[in-house]
Amino acid sequence: MSTPVTWPLWEVFVRSRRGLSHTHAGSVHAPDAELALRNARDLYTRRGEGVSLWVVPSTAITASSPDERDPFFEPTADKPYRHPTFYEIPDGVKHL
Amino acid sequence: MTAAAHTAALALGDDALVLSHRLGEWAGHAPVLEEEVALANIALDLLGQARVLLSMAGDEDELAYLREERAFRNLQLVEQPNGDFAHTLARQLYFSTYQHLLYGQLATGDSVFAPLAGKAVHETAYHRDHAEQWTRRLGDGTEESHRRMQRAATALWQFTGEMFQPVEGVPADWQQLERSWQQSVTEVLTSATLEVPEGPRTGAWKAGAGRQGLHTESFGRMLAEMQHLHRSHPGARW
Repeated sequence: MSTPVTWPLWEVFVRSRRGLSHTHAGSVHAPDAELALRNARDLYTRRGEGVSLWVVPSTAITASSPDERDPFFEPTADKPYRHPTFYEIPDGVKHL
Repeated sequence: MTAAAHTAALALGDDALVLSHRLGEWAGHAPVLEEEVALANIALDLLGQARVLLSMAGDEDELAYLREERAFRNLQLVEQPNGDFAHTLARQLYFSTYQHLLYGQLATGDSVFAPLAGKAVHETAYHRDHAEQWTRRLGDGTEESHRRMQRAATALWQFTGEMFQPVEGVPADWQQLERSWQQSVTEVLTSATLEVPEGPRTGAWKAGAGRQGLHTESFGRMLAEMQHLHRSHPGARW
């Protein structure tokens, strides 16, 4: 093995049960999508963890940048009216 | 258990045990981590089958660790050394196709092997798929991968005839098995742009082969490695 293998990376999503959504489980290397599915099966679903698998090329994922965390995720503490707890429930409302 | 069923359990169990050990030899040496896990998974599936089958024939540890070479009944195909990755995959293609077809037949029958076969047929379907996927990629890959895959497919061809010698106690339709095997392997090799090897599918030696306890040179060394711990420390436990 003189030259290291440079297979692309694939992100693996597993659906654990019907009715639930696919959840990111990890990643695998594979030369193509078919083999990525099989590698993912061997690594992530051998103990009955899932009923469905997705593999997605890692390069196809656009991720938010850690540098932009504040503008993206700041919970806007100065705008309390964006949170439901801001509003007082009128006395007459019983079933909210 | 009848004598015939005993013979049959040994033959099928030894196939699984020996191939499991061969695949286990890749641990720490496979070309990539993902493939190492895949080969180890297949080895573990086979080891599970071997435990069930050898337990039907007697004490599994005694049978695995204390028999001499001549007492093993596995096919010569499964004892062949790993060689390069293509060689291992050609061995997998030939054997997994055979095992999947055989277990498929046994699963629908009512022999003592039906419960095991019903479970193992799903495992072997995956082993077969793994081998077919890789044969296609290596055969229809680079010039070097094509050359190596062809070399491996040709080199192991002479061991494939033995698979279809009827085994006493295994209620299979051997002719049907051989026809399906040839059809499937031909299809896979052709789609992988490989040539179906020509030439005899059994060795020139007519006295029998693995099923009669006659094994090839490398098997003794493999057994020594597989058995030495148990023989050096009888009764040792984890």
